[in-house]
Formats: sequence, structure tokens, C-alpha cells
Amino acid sequence: MLSILTQPQFIASAISFSVILLLGTLGELLTERAGHLNLGVEGMMLLGGAIGYYAAVTTESLPLALIAACLGSGMGAFMYGFLTVTLRVNQNVTGLALTMFGMGLANAVGSKVAGTSTPVSIQAYFEYQPFHIKNPANELIAYIDRAFLSHDLYVYLTILLAIVMTIFLFRSREGLALRLTGENAAAADASGIKVTRIKYMYIVIGGMLCGLGGLYLPLVQQGSWTDTITAGQGWLVVALVIFVRWHPIKAIFGSFVFGALSILGYSVQLNTTLAKMPIFNQFIMSMFPYILTIIVLVITSARKKAWGGPAEIGHAYFREDR
Amino acid sequence: MFRITKRDKSSISDSLIFRSFGFAVGIILSMLLILLLGYNPIASIAALFDGAFGSLGGLRNTIKFAIPLATTALGLSIAFRMKFWNIGGEGQLLMGGTAAMFVSLIAGPNIPGWILIPSMLIAGIIGGAFWALIPGIFRIQLRTNETLFTLMMNYVALYLVKYLYHDLWRDRDPAKFNFPGIKMIQQQAVLPNVFGISVGIIVPLILAFLVYILIKRTKPGYEIRVVGESEPTANYAGMNVKRIMLGGVLLSGGIIGLAGAVKLAGETMTLTDNLTGGAGFTAIVIAWLANLSAPFILVVSFLVAGLEQGAQTMQLRLGVPAAVADIVKGLILMSFLGSEFFLRYRLVMTSVIGKNKRLHSQMKNHCDDPNVSDVSATRSAESDLTDDCAVRDEKAEVR
Amino acid sequence: MTRSNEQTETLAFSMRGISKTFGSVCANEMIDFDVRQGEIHALLGENGSGKSTLMNILSGIYRADCGTIEVFGKQRVFHFPGDAIRCGIGMVYQHFKLADSLTATENIMAGLSEAQVRRAIKSGNDVNEHDVISSLTDRDDSSIRRRRDRNNRMSDLIRGYSERFHIDFDPDKPASQLSVSEKQSVEIIKVLIRGARILVLDEPTAVLTPQETKRLFGVLRKMRDDGCSIVFISHKLGEIMELCDRVTVLRKGRSVDTLVVSEVDTYDLVEKMVGFKIDLQIERPEPDPERLECLRVEGLSYRDEKGVTKLSDLSFSTCYGEILGVAGLAGGGQKELCEVIAGIIRPTSGDILVDGEIITGLSPRKISAKGVSMCFVPEDRLGMGLVASMGMVENILLKEYSFQKGIFVHSEKAREKSSQIIEELDIVTPSVTHPVRLLSGGNIQKVILGREIHLKPKLMIAAYAVRGLDIQSSHTIYRLLNEQKEKKVSVLYIGEDLDVLLALCDRVMVLCQGVNMGIVDTKNTNKIEVGQMMSGTKLEVLKRGVDYVSNN
Repeated sequence: MLSILTQPQFIASAISFSVILLLGTLGELLTERAGHLNLGVEGMMLLGGAIGYYAAVTTESLPLALIAACLGSGMGAFMYGFLTVTLRVNQNVTGLALTMFGMGLANAVGSKVAGTSTPVSIQAYFEYQPFHIKNPANELIAYIDRAFLSHDLYVYLTILLAIVMTIFLFRSREGLALRLTGENAAAADASGIKVTRIKYMYIVIGGMLCGLGGLYLPLVQQGSWTDTITAGQGWLVVALVIFVRWHPIKAIFGSFVFGALSILGYSVQLNTTLAKMPIFNQFIMSMFPYILTIIVLVITSARKKAWGGPAEIGHAYFREDR
Repeated sequence: MFRITKRDKSSISDSLIFRSFGFAVGIILSMLLILLLGYNPIASIAALFDGAFGSLGGLRNTIKFAIPLATTALGLSIAFRMKFWNIGGEGQLLMGGTAAMFVSLIAGPNIPGWILIPSMLIAGIIGGAFWALIPGIFRIQLRTNETLFTLMMNYVALYLVKYLYHDLWRDRDPAKFNFPGIKMIQQQAVLPNVFGISVGIIVPLILAFLVYILIKRTKPGYEIRVVGESEPTANYAGMNVKRIMLGGVLLSGGIIGLAGAVKLAGETMTLTDNLTGGAGFTAIVIAWLANLSAPFILVVSFLVAGLEQGAQTMQLRLGVPAAVADIVKGLILMSFLGSEFFLRYRLVMTSVIGKNKRLHSQMKNHCDDPNVSDVSATRSAESDLTDDCAVRDEKAEVR
Repeated sequence: MTRSNEQTETLAFSMRGISKTFGSVCANEMIDFDVRQGEIHALLGENGSGKSTLMNILSGIYRADCGTIEVFGKQRVFHFPGDAIRCGIGMVYQHFKLADSLTATENIMAGLSEAQVRRAIKSGNDVNEHDVISSLTDRDDSSIRRRRDRNNRMSDLIRGYSERFHIDFDPDKPASQLSVSEKQSVEIIKVLIRGARILVLDEPTAVLTPQETKRLFGVLRKMRDDGCSIVFISHKLGEIMELCDRVTVLRKGRSVDTLVVSEVDTYDLVEKMVGFKIDLQIERPEPDPERLECLRVEGLSYRDEKGVTKLSDLSFSTCYGEILGVAGLAGGGQKELCEVIAGIIRPTSGDILVDGEIITGLSPRKISAKGVSMCFVPEDRLGMGLVASMGMVENILLKEYSFQKGIFVHSEKAREKSSQIIEELDIVTPSVTHPVRLLSGGNIQKVILGREIHLKPKLMIAAYAVRGLDIQSSHTIYRLLNEQKEKKVSVLYIGEDLDVLLALCDRVMVLCQGVNMGIVDTKNTNKIEVGQMMSGTKLEVLKRGVDYVSNN
């Protein structure tokens, strides 16, 4: 078991798997910090993935693919924002409807490019590994290189983003305004913060990040589009945000843990003795992230911190009621 | 410029108008998207409706889709009335199906149907109730957030079923060429068809009636309504909130589990990880749109089921991918949801301040209206606002 | 012409023809309201007369249906509160707008723009130049230092403001741990740092002890002397006479008159406020001389889920035919006391006896059957005791359904009872099934009282029964309570307004953080004494002090 966990290939693929989760988590984290629980992550990831991948295949340009992914998922998030912020519809229900819509549109768009693999020109971008050490001096460095340093720029930029976001949230004035909005929209409003603008802005940016996460799947990880490619990772993201207690730095480690758990099941299958034990069945192992989240939920509530997240998640804000 | 104010109440005709408007917007948006995707929007939508409601066969299939949706939505409505946000319909459906499948598997091939079917259904109820009980207990004892807990339980259930499907309960019959899958249930365990419709149809019909009576007329229903409205008030009236909530959660999960068992016995005839077909999530939206009222749940479920059935026709006739159905469903649901806003709030034209003298005089007339400014009948503005705060959209408080 | 020009120049703001309706209710109707620079202007009116609405329009929370606002001579349109803040208007709301999990500093700083911070520092420098400059120059330049500098800059700024106005609180405490008056201080600093030249305070004294009120008045006078204009919303005449320069009276959404405070007396103001001559005196019938004991509480303690002590070793008793008042600051344990007696929560230790019989640990229903009845009006009015979306019938059922036979709920009797209560208490409602949340505050409170009175209780707990009511409705409630007292019911009255407590009750018990500070006879006590007890001085200590003074 331990030997699987410490294999550099395992760590490397867990990291590359966790990038998708991390991007989504950072996006959902921003949304929730603005006081909105968006259950449409799965839909937005699919939207970003499908539309971005469609653009990638048709234009063979990475920047255009990124922009298309942002637009696709941003549009989904905007619809969610319009319904929940302006029209004050229940957030859970809207998020579920968004997932339905996103899944449908993504599969319809994706079906047009199904079976096409990522253009070579775009693949080239992801072959560039900025920190890769060509001639490792010894075993240890070679190990570190294979596990942690042989990744594409996307991975490192995502981790950098998490760090930047932490500074933004806890050190900047804008971040404080965002936190206050999620904690108490009425107070934010009375302090002169443009609550509606902030909510829209971070819901849409959050959606875009989810979309960028979704794009990594067909573009890099699988190299082609398949129907409902995310396979429930969007829901994993919702769980992760709670697991990391709405903190971007913790999200780096949280998504690594979840990413590792998600692929552990497959890795274990290669080991014949372990694969026979039901607990190491790939499907049973896939439950672990969700069970872990449940445990976190229960522990925090047992500590009488029933929530611990932004106080006004789920509440619609209407200035004219007190 | 517009200004938004709250409505005290809205009439049924308003509700109809705004809902139809929402529906129309949903259809128009869907048609635009279908056009963008390069298909014929008018033909697609026509095929959608024709397929759903245009023929007897279509209607039958629509009803088939509606059965689990309606049953699940009825179950959810009880939990939602208590403000227990049960998002775990998917998981409870799956566990209901799993429990029913379990009974079928352990029962021999020769057990008569009149024993097997009821025991499968009861097992389904127990399975669903059990799956709702776990988050329920933590919600009641520790106030653990049930929205997220039930959501997570869905995936635990899903992977459990996947495990059973691929591994533990896998049918290793060589005739299946090692394809994963579980055995079919016994012939006698399949719910019989009447006029081409599974007798499962009576389940949501009877349940709708029972749930309606329960909520409106009985003591437990009254308690459930009070608990949902205000836990402090329930405590104050001496109600045992924990017990009531536990009962409500069990009932909610049990009904949803029953839906899973009925779907298994009446439709799929075996357990797959796709047993629900997303019904657990769709039912949440249905329960919401029907305003948690049992009769309306039947109606809305039928319409939403029509969308699913129609989508298949659309795909068959025009080659439009079935995914388009999800688009239409999502968009119609969203615009339906959006139309709710206009039932709760009103847009008022505001004058550019100081320019509109007419409005001034209107205002004055309005305030001088003896019916309105009658002191005793008028609720004071301040108390008005505090009241609104207390009941700030019962629905908006989702936690 | 020149004269009117001069006047506009000295006006801080002027609202003209302001109207605002909520649904079918006209909250403000063609109100004109002017406030001069450097004055404390009272906005007087009963609950529901539209004071808060008018000021919420000024601060940009509500949009007026029509009317104009001029601030410092310029016409302004406020689309959201930020616009009003930029024009120098700051409002301290009755229900504080603070995020509990953020610290006081964070609550103050959130939403500030760099320009506002710079201006605030600059205006701070004018006062406290030396300190700030020295604190800035003493630091070296490393980047970490600079960041800490920025945080310090905020703390210095807040500290500067608090010192300037003699306001005291810990800026690094989370808002949830601040006391009520500290929260108010945070709110005041919050608007001052945003450069407010016009300060609006909505019922600021409602939650303060007399001593804290005095301190607040000091702060407000200081601000006026600095040239700020202050709008002081209140319905307490005494405070207005003490503090304010001018007063504008609102009645039923209309502006009645603006007067110079030094030229009027309280009787004029009451008449303007209510619309007719009214006797503000609250009757106090003699208590039953037999003094039979009804409720007895012994060594009662309660710790809540979080382990915070809410009641500690409380002992007292009430008699039939008397009203015992309970005074104390918000959150001083009054709510818990009610809930413990009514059986909703269980005490950690101690006993409660009714007629010598222990009722501790019984279920609320059994306690209710023993003749203990509670009507508790929480801050949001509907939170406890009533179900907002249900009609009167179903709310009456709340206390009865469990005694009915069978599984179905029968509402015929409750329906009759509802009509009866409507008639007896003059409740205005379109029908007995009309959702109670759509009734006016006074009627809602009458519904609860009516239901409880109909249960013919021995002990009646009335908590905050007049919350948010206008004078007439309040007096109706006082009359109802006095009727109960004359029927030899023992009444426990929990109230906020000290004047009312002293006028209505026979004895008053003062709670401070769950501790009984002493029980005083209302015939020989005064507000100052009760105020001192509310802020934590025990009665015997006070008495000893008096003895000490009189002995010397």
C-alpha cells in the first residue's frame, strides 16, 4: 500500500488530477465567500470543458480555447447569478437546474468534436515543463523531479493562483469587502460596498475558474472529449470547499488528498493482492472523498461550530427588508 | 428606472400568467440555443411536444417517467416543509432500489409474487429511510448541515451501487461474456402492466392523496408545518421537535426509497448505477416549482416527464442529440424559477426624482384613500418591515 | 431671497416631498425635513410613524417613491448606501450591521476606499498630528514592516478616532464578543471614518443603560461642537429635551411640525406626536395585599450549549395579584429565564415551584397545564409563540391540538375562540385564517396575549409585550396586564423601557449577566439606581454606599 502511495508516478498523476479539483475549488470558494452556494459546479465545469475544447479543436489556438472556456462557464455562472442575486431564487434549486442545463449543452457541443484529439499545436504548450530537471544529480532529486517538478505550466499557475487568492482574501481591501458580503450582506451594503456588483463579479469569476478546470480534462488529461467527462468531479469540488474550510491555501492540499484518493482505486488494481480486498476496490475507494467530507462536516458541527463558512450562504439579500 | 417592492400576496391568475410567461421564455431560449447548435428549432420543439403528449405510446412513456419523479418529489416535499433540505434524493432512490434488489436476490426463484413484490417494496422503503436517517440524526443531534450531508450521501450510494454492479453482486454467468451487471429480478417480481402502464402509477397517486391529508389535516402534519416555520415556536408549544423531525426525515426517505423500488420492479428490472436517471435532482426542482403542494407535484412531474420523453422522440426523428433535452429542461426550469420572482416582488416604475409631478399627486391620492390610510387597518410601515424580516421568504432560507 | 439663500447655505441637508409606500402602506407621505449644520435634531414619533423609513431613505437603503434630497446645497440621488456615505451621511442602525465573525477593525475597514482612508488619516492628523507622524517615522523600511505598517495604520486610525471621542473598545475582538454598547461604538467609528458630517442614530439609547446613554450624549455633543449635524431618532421625550436643539415630529407618515426644543415642553410634544391630548400616566392598581406566593425560583442556573452561563444562582418569588418586572440589558438572561420557567429549556441546577409544587423538568405542555402561560415577543416579533404564515385559528390550535382525540386536527372550537378574542381585544384582521404575519404589530401581539389570557393562567409571563408598538397599543397591553393583575394573576413582566417598568410594575428585579442584582420596590427607587444595578452593581452595595454617604 505504502509503496503505491510513494511512487513518484502516483504522486505526479495525483497532482495533475488535483489541478482540476483545485481550479474548481478556488472558483466555488470565491462564490461561497460571496454568500452563494452554487451547486452547478459540475455543469459549469462541463460547459467550460466542452466549449473550450470545441474552440481548441476548431481554432487550434490555446488562448482562444481558454477564452471560450471562460465564456462558456462564465455564461452559466452569470445565469445562476442573475437568478439568485437579482431574482432571488433559491440557490440550491438554481444550482441543480444549472447542472442540468450545463450537462445538456456541454454534451451537445461536445458531440460535435467527440473522437477528435487535442491538436498537436496545443499539446505542445503542455509539454513544456518549466521546472523539470534534465540531469538529476542523485536519486532523491530524480524522485522529486518526477513527482513534483515534471508538470506543465497550468499546474504551477493554478497553485500560484491559490496563493495569490489567499493574499487577496485576507490581506486586501477588496478581499475584505468580499468576505463581509458573504458574512453579512446588509452590513456590507451599509458600509458602502456594492453588494450586487461584488456578488455578480465573484460568482462569474468563480464560474470561469470552474470552466478552466473543466477544460484541463479533455484538453490535457484525456486528450479527447467524452460525454459527461467530469464524471462527478464537480460534486467533489462542492465537498472540497467544505473540507478546506473556505481557505485557498488549504485547498491546494485538500485537492491533492482528494485527487490522490480518486485515483488510488485505479492504482491499487495493479496490485493483485490488494485488489482482492473489498476495501481497496476502486469503487469503494471512490467513496472516500465524500465520506471524508461528511466526517469533516460532523466534526465541525460537534465542535458547536455548526457552520464555519460564510454566514449568509443561501440567503438572498433584498435591501428593502431588514 | 425600476424599483422592486414586495408583494403581500399574489392571485392565482397572476401566478398562471407569470408561470406561462416563464415557460415561454424557457422555450424561446431553448430554441435559440438549438438554432445555435445547428438544428431546426421549430421542428425540434414540435417533435418534443408531439413525442411527449401527441400519441398514446408517447403518453405512456411520459407517465412511466413521471412515476419516480412524482413519488420522489412527494417524499422531498415533506422534508422541505420542515426546512430539512434533503438534496439526497438520488442516494435514497438508489438505496431503495438496492434494498429491493437485495430482497430479490436472496429470495429463491420460486417465491410467489404476492410475497415478493410487497417485501421488495417494504425493503425499498427501509433502504431509503435508512439513507435519509444518517444525515437526519446528525442534523437533529448536532445541527450538521444537511444540505451538504445528503448531497455527499448521494455519491456514497452511487459508488456503493457501482461496487455491487461491477463486483459483489455481479452476475458471473458465462453467457454474459463477462460484462458487468446484476441478474434480472424474478419474473413474478415485475410489477404488472395495465393498459401498457405499470401498476406503479397508483403509488404516486395514492401517496399524493395521503401526503395531502397528512399535511393539511392531521396532527403530525400540523407539527411538521409548525416545525418548518419556526423551531422556537414548536418548542414553545411543547412539541418534541427532534422526534417530529426524525419522523419527517424517515417518511421523506422512505417514500423516496419506495420510488426506487417501484422503478426497479416496474421499469429497469435490475439494479444499475443509472437507476435514477437524475430523478433525485429533478424532483427537487419539481417539488420547488409545485410549491410543495401534493396535487401540483403530480402535474409538474407529468410535464417534466414529458420533456424527457419528448427529447427521445426528438433524437429519433431529427437526430438532435438527447442532451438537448437536458438543455430544454434546464432552461425551462430556470425560467420557471425566475418567474417566481415576479410572484413575490413587483417592479414599480420610479420617476427621476423631482421631475414627475404626476406621481406626486398620485401618491397623495393614494395615501388619502380612506381605505388605505384607515389607521387601524393599516399596518404600520415599521412593523411591516419587521414582519417581513421574520418570514423573509420562507423559501429563501436554505441551510 | 437673500435670506433663503443664507438658510440653504447653513443647511446640512434638506429632504423635500419625500413619499414612500410599502405595498399598500404609506410609510412616508410628502415629508419635508431640514437639518442645519452643527445641530442635534431630534426626529420624534411613535413606533410606526415613519422615522426609520425616512432616515433609511436618507442613507440610501430605501429609494423614495418621489421627493428630492439636497445635501450641503447640492441635489443628490442615492442609488445605494455608498452614494449617501460619499455625501457625508452616516447612519447607525437600530439593529447593528456587523459581521459577527470579523473583528471590529475589519468591520470598520471593509468597504473603505484608499481615498477615504487617506482623508480619514489626514483629518486624524489635524487633531493628533504629533502622534501619528512620530509613529510613522519611527519605522524602518523593510517590506514586512511596511505591511505591518499598513495594518498598524488602520489600528492607529481607529485608536485615534476612539480617543478623540472617548469611545472605548478592543479593535481586535470579533464583533460577536463585543457588548451592545461596544457594538454601537464600532458603528459610530465606522461612519466617522467614512467622513460622515451628518450622523443619523436610530433609537440609539434603546439598548443602553442610563449611564451609557449619558456617555453617548457626551460623544454626540462633542461631535456637534466639531460641526457635525446629528439626527437623533427617538420616542423618548426626556432624552430629546436633554440633548437636542430642534425637533421634528412625525405622525402616521407625515411631518407634523418642527420646533425649537427650548421653547416647548413634553406635553406639547406628546400631543404633536399622538395627535390628541393623552395621559401618558400608566395606571398601577394596588397589588393584592394578601401576597400569596405563586412562583418560587430557587438557585436557578443555566448554561447554554456553548457553555456560556446565562443564569446563575437566581432566586426570587412572585405573588398572586402583582406584577413583577424584570429589567436588564439585552442578553442579560431574560430570555433564558422565560424559557426555563416555561419548560422550553432545562436549567443546569435549581428549582422552580408553582404553588409550592416543583415544575422543574416537566414538559412545556405539562407546565402550561399547571397554569403557567408565556407570551414572548422576540425581536422579530414572530419568532416564538406564533407561526407567521398561519392564520389565527391555526395559531390558537398551537396550545390545544395536542389535547384533541384522534389523529386529525379539529379546528371548530379554535375558530369560535378566535372570533371571541377578536371581539374582546379589538383585533383588526380580515378573517380568522388571514396569515398573522400580515397583521400589524399591535394586532399580532394582541393575538398572543389573547390566546394566553384565554388559557386562564395563574402565572403569566409577558416578555417584551409592547415591542415596537405605538403608544395607544402599548397602553392597551398595559391595561390588559393590569386586568390580569386585578384578577389575581401573578404577572412576570420583562421589559426594555425603564420608565414603563417603573410605572407599571409593583416590584422590579434587575438582572445583569444572569445574576440577580436585587429586587426593588418601584415606589421607592429611581432610574439611576436601577441603571446602576443594570450595569452590575448589587443592590446591597448601592444601599451600603447610600448609608455610607448619609453616615458621613
